[in-house]
Amino acid sequence: MSELLLDYLPLVVFIAVAIAIGLALLVAPFIVAYQNPDPEKLSAYECGFNAFDDARMKFDVRFYLVAILFIIFDLEVSFLFPWAVAFGQLGPFGFWSMMLFLGVLTIGFIYEWKKGALEWD
Amino acid sequence: MSPIVEMPALLPALPEILLVVGAMALLMVGAYRENSVQLVNGCAFALLVLAALVVYALPSGRIVTFGGGFVLDDFARVLKILTLAGSAATIALARDYQAAERQEKFEFAILILLSTTGMLMLISAADLIALYLGLELMSLALYVVAASNRDSIRSTEAGLKYFVLGALSSGMLLYGASLIYGFTGTVNFAGIAKAAGQGGLGLTFGLVFLFAGFCFKVSAVPFHMWTPDVYEGAPTPVTAFFASAPKIAAIAIFVRAPITAFPEITPQWQQIVVFVSIASMVLGAFAAIGQRNIKRLMAYSAIGHMGFALIGLAAATPEGVQGVIVYMGIYLAMTLGTFACILSMRTSHGLVENISDLAGLARTKPGMAFFLATMMFSLAGIPPLAGFFAKYFVFLAAIKAGLYALAVIGVLASVVGAYYYLLIVKVMYFDEAAEPFERMPGLLKVVTGVTGIFVLLFFVYPAPLVSAAAAAAKSLF
Repeated sequence: MSELLLDYLPLVVFIAVAIAIGLALLVAPFIVAYQNPDPEKLSAYECGFNAFDDARMKFDVRFYLVAILFIIFDLEVSFLFPWAVAFGQLGPFGFWSMMLFLGVLTIGFIYEWKKGALEWD
Repeated sequence: MSPIVEMPALLPALPEILLVVGAMALLMVGAYRENSVQLVNGCAFALLVLAALVVYALPSGRIVTFGGGFVLDDFARVLKILTLAGSAATIALARDYQAAERQEKFEFAILILLSTTGMLMLISAADLIALYLGLELMSLALYVVAASNRDSIRSTEAGLKYFVLGALSSGMLLYGASLIYGFTGTVNFAGIAKAAGQGGLGLTFGLVFLFAGFCFKVSAVPFHMWTPDVYEGAPTPVTAFFASAPKIAAIAIFVRAPITAFPEITPQWQQIVVFVSIASMVLGAFAAIGQRNIKRLMAYSAIGHMGFALIGLAAATPEGVQGVIVYMGIYLAMTLGTFACILSMRTSHGLVENISDLAGLARTKPGMAFFLATMMFSLAGIPPLAGFFAKYFVFLAAIKAGLYALAVIGVLASVVGAYYYLLIVKVMYFDEAAEPFERMPGLLKVVTGVTGIFVLLFFVYPAPLVSAAAAAAKSLF
């Protein structure tokens, strides 16, 4: 049992490092940064909400459209990383599978562009 | 260094590849050309017909490819051709509706193509991952077409409801698939059959969750709640689509998965199917009685008919599977014919969809009234129409498998169901005439003609469908 748990030790170390870095980044600005708040600086972003507010409010759906379109291409890149690492062993089928995927994505991109989903107004 | 994955044989998947490439090309045509709706619709229709021809022409026998995840056998061939016929008919049904309602969007036909690709993949799926991929490709396109009339609150509500409940059911299906993988160590159906042995509690647990996902897709009780709302809210051609092609694909995987992956523990899944079947038939029969909206009525009718089709699966014999396939083929014709009639219920005020709007149709439009009456008699299962033979084959299989109670309850449910089908006939032939409908568009006449002849004359020459279904059922066992 303890050997099984030992296998997870790198994970624990990793989590500890992640927490340390995250906390350091959170705490550092309070110590070193120059602070001069005003209402505009403290208000939510245009695409965000006030933390304590009526849930039934109107919001602009375009922010979400942009966010979703961003996520698609974000995921594409994270899909490309393991493919690139294993590229040497994949052979022609692996290569053409990814090309096909990129091709389909490109067609979707052309469609959204032509439909004006990337225009703000 | 030799590659990890060899190039798989692509020929068995040629219909799917054809549809995907065609959909991509048509998307570009639609994006770059103004007013290309008719062109895209026509090409999509041609592509679906071509894909059906390719399915027919592919080499016979059982072909497995993509690492055992994709299988092309007689079962897949027959159901693929039925599915493609359903999708092609939907595009034909949608044309005049879109023009009249000013909803001409070329994306509709492309979404139908992509959804149909998912259905074909689902029908051919021979492992859990291929199953999930096909199911999601089918469903994602369906969620969008349900909400395709964006200015209508009911249509968007239907799309949202379908999406939320569909995501829930996909989650349950995935949970079941993960349990099955955990307890057998493989995702391949044949591998699961070998590893499952005598089963076990965990495996049965996974099977139940898997079935929950299937029941949602075929709209069987107790996962039917979305059906009436989505059928009523979605634009009528979309409802016709929901009632035809996706049902066939979902029934196909509902049959293939238990029979090829869990043959050793048949009694365990059999009792689930018996329960689902009885519950669907009874609910479909009783809940439809109070309906005033014909699309809602068709939703409950669909729930009932799925119950009848599942009787064949409950038998778990080659005759039973044959019964399911015959049932789905005839159900497809009856549904498309009925929806062609519903789509031509157009008065001077626009489209109407209440049963009372059909009053006195026999005097204003005797041809349409006769045709709709034929469909209603067939849906009720009255001989010598096709609907009777659909029920005959599944009941026969149930009796042969010793499921007497199931068969008796099925017959009783069909008697109750006959009430509301015959009520429509009564409204059309004996009530005071309501406002007459406008002329039926030409394409709808073609669909009604073809399905009407099939339903009326099936008893004269039933051999093509029945023998194809028998061969298909044999390829599963």
